[in-house]
Amino acid sequence: MTKTALQFRHNGRDVALFVDGGVNLLVALRELIGDMTPKFGCGQGGCGACSVLIDGELHLSCLTLAETVNGRAVETLDGLKDGPNLHPLQRAFMEQFAAQCGYCTPGMLMAAKALLDRNPSPSRAEVIEAISGNICRCTGYEPIINAVLAAASGGRARA
Amino acid sequence: MLELRKDIFADERDDNLKEIGRGTQRQDMLGHVTGTSTYFDDHKLQGMLHLKVLRSPHAHARLRRIDTMEAERSPGVRRIIRGADVPRNLNTLLSLINFGKDDEPSLAVDKVRYKGEPIVAIVADSPREAYEAMAKVRVDYEPLPAVFDVEEALKPGAPVVNETYPKNTFVYHDVYDHQKLRFGDVERGFAEADHVLEQRYQMSPIEHAPTETNGSIAAPDTNGRYVVYTSTQALFFSLDTCAKILDVPSNTFHFIGGTVGGGFGGKVDTLTEPLAILGAMLTGRPVRYQLGREEEMQFGSPRGAERIYIKDGVMRDGRIVARKIRAYFDSGAYTRLSSYAVVKCVAHLPGPYTIPNVHGDVYCVFTNRTPATAMRGFGVTAMDFALECQMDKLAHLVGIDPMEFRILNAYRDGDMKAHRREAKNTALIECVQVAAEKAKWPLREEVKRMSSRKDGGGSRAAISPTPIEPAPQRAAVSQQRTIYDRAPAATIQPAPPTPTPPPPRPPAPSPSHGATRFSSVFGTRRR
Repeated sequence: MTKTALQFRHNGRDVALFVDGGVNLLVALRELIGDMTPKFGCGQGGCGACSVLIDGELHLSCLTLAETVNGRAVETLDGLKDGPNLHPLQRAFMEQFAAQCGYCTPGMLMAAKALLDRNPSPSRAEVIEAISGNICRCTGYEPIINAVLAAASGGRARA
Repeated sequence: MLELRKDIFADERDDNLKEIGRGTQRQDMLGHVTGTSTYFDDHKLQGMLHLKVLRSPHAHARLRRIDTMEAERSPGVRRIIRGADVPRNLNTLLSLINFGKDDEPSLAVDKVRYKGEPIVAIVADSPREAYEAMAKVRVDYEPLPAVFDVEEALKPGAPVVNETYPKNTFVYHDVYDHQKLRFGDVERGFAEADHVLEQRYQMSPIEHAPTETNGSIAAPDTNGRYVVYTSTQALFFSLDTCAKILDVPSNTFHFIGGTVGGGFGGKVDTLTEPLAILGAMLTGRPVRYQLGREEEMQFGSPRGAERIYIKDGVMRDGRIVARKIRAYFDSGAYTRLSSYAVVKCVAHLPGPYTIPNVHGDVYCVFTNRTPATAMRGFGVTAMDFALECQMDKLAHLVGIDPMEFRILNAYRDGDMKAHRREAKNTALIECVQVAAEKAKWPLREEVKRMSSRKDGGGSRAAISPTPIEPAPQRAAVSQQRTIYDRAPAATIQPAPPTPTPPPPRPPAPSPSHGATRFSSVFGTRRR
């Protein structure tokens, strides 16, 4: 099978790899690069567990052909913290009890980051809209919403 | 926010609650927010192969012929696994506690009994190559009439779903086609009642839909062992099930799990581990078997459907004097855990209420639907929905406030429960009182003063005279026992039915302690 050469920035680092035609970004990240933070939930764009940022925009890596990120910047949860220091969203998720099984958390955090990067002080409705593509089956949406709002307001929880 | 009502039952405990009511960080939270919590699929092993399963498109069909010749030659295929390759291709989950007969193959051989049932497993270098080979497997199906409704399945002439249980019902205590509860005389109760209300309730199957689908990765380890990364909710249960199906000692396996991407009961059935391990055994390579979302929905077991009939006799003053329940649990094509759900349901009847006459018949029924399994309170959840709907209707019928109606009929300390245990530490009255207060629901002063600890026992502790029903003829003991000594294969086959004397009565119950608490589950089978 013909392989395609591919180069992109992965969490600030340049990576180069060869992918089979039809391979999606989720598989490329997990199996070729070894970044296990994006998760497989459905492979159909229905759950948001594989959410990543491409050039700062939220995308579902399971529906993104790996070849299409050539020359672009891909961010995953693996790149969210700054060295040993957690991102404010990560701290807020911890403090607000915003994870149960943790499987949707990487996608939730990337969706929340995409929101706060473009809108640093969102309303509750805007937070709900921003994570509406991410399914949490432990149904912990309330603490997740509170965590995103808390991170936006610098750690102060808002009701 | 959590509110502690320490005023209720204050004298029953020391006021030394040091943890409840204050926040404590989860030990796995840092892993979750950094994405470093390791789920089964987060292991990348050298030379890992991928296992995919060909599933039945029919709800019920005979398998005339399975032709894998062309698939074997498909690029990237390392091994094709068929039913004959599975060392013990018949199992039931609760055989580990000697409850039920082996009724479910890992890979179907003669028949498929539900849509999505596994037939052939393909181990290939990549998922894509496995799928391509799967398209080349030829299966000759002879579709059979299927039954999807629990009551249809019990009618004479209904298709036999699972030949292990030819009457389409699980067999309790070697005799009964359902689990019974008899307490007092409901017919006398109905005759005395001012009103009788009979209603039908039902609940659809419910899919757990965990965000992480079921799956496992099995890899040859050193010393002939296998390491298994799995999504299971029940690590040792899955380990023992695999040891039985693969006919090896359980110390052959090193199971690693515990980080589960949502389970809710849908990850106790050991759906993927046996084939993943068998694939690793047959190829000598790590094998990954992960369900896709469609497989999770079609093949991953749901909470089972239930149909429930409740007939109640109630007096004008609000006392329920008789409750008769007939319920059907849809187990799907195989038993899995529905047999146990029925036992649990019957133990829960008639709900948290003191009713002098209770009659329960609950059936575990086989249909051509996806086998059902555990899910959050299974066995009790749908029944409670039905019972509480019924309570509202009864309250309306006799013109009593529904909150007060529940308080009036609630268990109190010292009452006799229908399964003949004294009610202790009851708290329903207080729960309803607090719920009413929170909802600003007015209760009469007299009802507000009622207590779980007052006015129980006495005549409420009596067991009403209970008519004895003739017992059906006890058939030959058909319940097989799983012995964990490695038995030669010949002894695994069920013995042909021979007339045997009735089994000896179980020994007298030993003094009550933890080990015998669940004896009602196992009936005569408790060791």
